[in-house]
Amino acid sequence: MTDLLIGVFGVAAFVFALLIVVLRQPMRAALALIAHMVCLAALFACLGVDVVALFQVLIYVGAVMLSMVYTIMLLDDQDVSYIHRFSRWTIPAIAVIAATVGALALLLGAPAAHPPAAVATPLFGFSTFSLAFMTHYWLHFELATVLLVIAIVAAWTVIAERR
Amino acid sequence: MDRYQFLITLAVLAFATGLLGVVIRRNLLVVVMCVEIMLNAVVLAFVTFAARSQTLHGVAMTFFIYVAAACEIAVAMAIVVLLVRRHKSLDLASGYELQG
Repeated sequence: MTDLLIGVFGVAAFVFALLIVVLRQPMRAALALIAHMVCLAALFACLGVDVVALFQVLIYVGAVMLSMVYTIMLLDDQDVSYIHRFSRWTIPAIAVIAATVGALALLLGAPAAHPPAAVATPLFGFSTFSLAFMTHYWLHFELATVLLVIAIVAAWTVIAERR
Repeated sequence: MDRYQFLITLAVLAFATGLLGVVIRRNLLVVVMCVEIMLNAVVLAFVTFAARSQTLHGVAMTFFIYVAAACEIAVAMAIVVLLVRRHKSLDLASGYELQG
């Protein structure tokens, strides 16, 4: 059953990723991106990594996409880039990326070096994750907060330019 | 193909789709969204390898990717608004004078 869900959500995630590239209106592309992220969160939950599934929904869908949707609503919906969607590099880019994906598919087609491990243990639960963060990764956690403050200051500086 | 190979294949395909969108789309906002697809593909690869090896390192790494993504989107949206204010367009093919 879990393998079936992984297959369904995996295919859905890929379809929504393709829709983001193809759709004309940024708002529809943003909705497709939200669906793509929700499918990925479902995949993480299927793998038993509940912490990342929750982060995916809270941070990406809740915060990142909210700011993106607000920005889309602030901007003009009659832009020239809505009419001419693709650049002149479309065909060469598709050829190069198809060749790259083909080469990676050949590598992935090789037999696995180790047998698959068992799935979904309490290792990825909230308590284990929180303890690891407060013991092993506390310095990285503090550096992440500094990075967030720098990003806020940078965004404010860009917006405030020539106001 | 076991579930981990399937998920890594999906991560590769999603990364390639995002890269394709970055190269071929002309709308600045859609390009930012394609960068998000690439970041999500990296997260998927980290989580898959973490679940396969039953270690916390990959899961902890995803947290820092989320922080980087939040910073990226904050700065990127500010730059988008600034560029649109200057050039009155979201089209990457018209009017942007990037140098260097």
